[in-house]
Amino acid sequence: MQVIACDVVVVGGGGAGLRAAIAAVQSDAGLQVALVSKVVPMRSHTVAAEGGSAGVIRPDDSLDKHFDDTVSGGDWLCDQDAVDFFVAHCTREMVQLEHWGCPWSRHDDGRINVRFFGGMKVQRTWFAADKTGFHMLHTLFQTSLQHERITRYDEFFVADLVVEDGRVCGVLAIEIASGELVLFRCGAVVLATGGAGRVYRQNTNAGIVTGDGMALAFRHGVALRDMEFVQYHPTALPGSGILITEGCRGEGAILVNRHGHRYLQDYGLGPTEPWPRPKAMELGPRDKLSQAFWHEEQKGHTVPTPGGQAVHLDLRHLGAQKIHERLPLITEVARTFAGVDPVTQPIPVRPAVHYTMGGIATNLHCATTLPGLYAAGECASVGIHGANRLGSNSLAEIVVFGRVAGEQAAAFARTAAPVAERGLLQQAQAAAAPLLALLDVDQGERVATLRNAMGDSMEAGVGIFRQASGMQATCDTLARLRARWRAGVRLDDRRRVFNTEWLSAIELGGMLEVAEAMAHAALQRKESRGAHVRLDGFSTRDDARFLVHSLAWHGGDGPPRIGQAPVVITRSPPQTRHYGGAGEKATLT
Amino acid sequence: MSDTTPTRRITLEVQSYHPETDSAPHLQRWDVPFTDDMSLLQGLQHIKDHLDGSLSFRWSCRMAICGSCGFMVNGTPQLGCQVFLRDLAPGPVRVEPLAHFPVLRDLVVDQGSFLDKLEAVRPWLVPAHPQPLGAGPQRQTPQQMAQYQPYAQCINCLLCYAACPQVGLNPGFAGPAALALLHRWNADSRDVGWAARRDVANAEEGVWGCTLVGDCSTVCPKGVDPAHAINQNKVHSAADYLGLGRLLARRAPPP
Repeated sequence: MQVIACDVVVVGGGGAGLRAAIAAVQSDAGLQVALVSKVVPMRSHTVAAEGGSAGVIRPDDSLDKHFDDTVSGGDWLCDQDAVDFFVAHCTREMVQLEHWGCPWSRHDDGRINVRFFGGMKVQRTWFAADKTGFHMLHTLFQTSLQHERITRYDEFFVADLVVEDGRVCGVLAIEIASGELVLFRCGAVVLATGGAGRVYRQNTNAGIVTGDGMALAFRHGVALRDMEFVQYHPTALPGSGILITEGCRGEGAILVNRHGHRYLQDYGLGPTEPWPRPKAMELGPRDKLSQAFWHEEQKGHTVPTPGGQAVHLDLRHLGAQKIHERLPLITEVARTFAGVDPVTQPIPVRPAVHYTMGGIATNLHCATTLPGLYAAGECASVGIHGANRLGSNSLAEIVVFGRVAGEQAAAFARTAAPVAERGLLQQAQAAAAPLLALLDVDQGERVATLRNAMGDSMEAGVGIFRQASGMQATCDTLARLRARWRAGVRLDDRRRVFNTEWLSAIELGGMLEVAEAMAHAALQRKESRGAHVRLDGFSTRDDARFLVHSLAWHGGDGPPRIGQAPVVITRSPPQTRHYGGAGEKATLT
Repeated sequence: MSDTTPTRRITLEVQSYHPETDSAPHLQRWDVPFTDDMSLLQGLQHIKDHLDGSLSFRWSCRMAICGSCGFMVNGTPQLGCQVFLRDLAPGPVRVEPLAHFPVLRDLVVDQGSFLDKLEAVRPWLVPAHPQPLGAGPQRQTPQQMAQYQPYAQCINCLLCYAACPQVGLNPGFAGPAALALLHRWNADSRDVGWAARRDVANAEEGVWGCTLVGDCSTVCPKGVDPAHAINQNKVHSAADYLGLGRLLARRAPPP
């Protein structure tokens, strides 16, 4: 087995991984970073983020307002020390990206412009038209190219962590082009592998968003935190789940049902006037909007489409010029994938799984409980999202905490005692054996059969609204699917070169475990909070019993063990979330 | 998921090649059911999920922004997620790996040479002066942004390399996307890196490798127009040759 030595391995080449790699080499002039990703960096899912990234910049905004919007948006399950750190560093990172060339959208005089997003008191979202993630990712990728001490290993699939003396000392990867196994020896590892939205059937996520890093950490004894909180984005295309950015509503788009009625006023987000105003109607938070859709569907007020029931996102009153200037990707996507021109027709939309609020539990320094292992971005739970992430906080998170993770991992690697290669290699070879054995299975079920059954079960049991019977059924289904996976997934492809079927079987094994953490954590949370809403007698928030994080620990071949951990409340005691109501008309810039 | 049951079928003739077992690529025919909303990529996914899991191809975002799923579709480079089976009916449809790249496996090409070319144009912002973060964002008007914005839309999907006859004739040619990216940074009012990029631009395998066929701009799924970028840089390169390069270089503003 080939062995590659470096100081820090960053797993994942999206926004968080690139920011971590750059921060690591900038913080230590002698440090070598291996950036290991299963895709070339610009294919990473950061590329598909559309609407924008939060950072306080307007004179009428403040860090306190960003803090309040985030904590109330998260239904008080956020760690407030983490939120304070986060909001204090967002703008700095946005400026850093500007200095690296990111084409932020501007006012006529050349100053940065910001737009509204849901759940915000004040405009705070930096945007690059509606391709913000694309521009952030390409800016970070191109900036990373000038750092010779970042060595990229594109299309290397990380399949395991190598742990010795109680700390991470390497990762085992498959070089996809050859199918050969490679051991990366290192002093520290940063996981920046993104979310796990693909455990659901209908989602806004790219095919690569399979929770790989979560599964790696989980199997090595690190807890996954708050996994029951899965965000349904309220506006995705029916069928494909392709994202239609919240930026549309930030620019003034409205949502109407089949009768042309702005139905959000019936679900605590009204009245409709004055419009637009912050934190009301279409500028409400994602959890509330997705839940309102569900009620409309129950009432029969939605519009049937080939891809399922939908409501209409109407941009027509914005006018062609604004739509083309601010929302060019949405225009293109709506035309190509929905066959509608948003200048003249409303876009059919429905909720789809979008984001995993939970993830690998870390502290403020992005460190996990496993020494040497760090995590940042959607794969991590640093504590800022609580029970419902505020739109535009995730792009800010990947750079704010990507940087922290890179710097912290670099510092750890600098002082890490060397470990003998022989032991690491033996471990890597032991970990490689079951991976290679997958290629020898000659009977069993197809990957797609198990994957689709998982996705359908997650939608049915752990969707927008939940009840014990459905969640229990999903837990049972997932346990059976894991048993079927262990019994053998039959591969048509037994060869090594670019065997994506083999990789998808490995991914599926991890996805089933991550899905189990979500379903079991959901079952244990006997209250409704943020994106976790129950219909079976636990329809309200219960701070006395559940103002706590959930933790899921891996249970081997059995179900995960679910525990609790305190939430850090520093200065904002839990209150009722307020959206809608009276307010002043806002001026959109 | 879609409620509609597929009633139509189409034949996909997909190139198959495995270096461990095949001496040469060959076409394999697949009969694929489809609905009106299905892309070619979804047709390939149907094959992989239900008919033959060994068919290898890259894909990810399925919304034409990640640049993974470029193929030759009936001889023309296209993104698999952006072309629909309804528009290719009645078929058959020939699906091959992108032209002008070595094939690793089935529809998967080796994109290493492209990544090297991208890096060679030094595609990062070279500031006139080191910028402390405390200075805040620089100003850049929408008019200044318009100078480079169209060239910043490239998703690195490689379709333009597959379309360019010059890339086919001369694998060393820097190629459309890399030269468009070079222009993107040179045209950015915040950047003074023109001199660092001039050798790549002026070389025989830089802008002068282009013979103005323009197929790159025709196939670009994002409207980038690399041909126009290259043309502008031919003018710059000629001026540079005549000793007028300093007129083109953006002067560093006083600190």
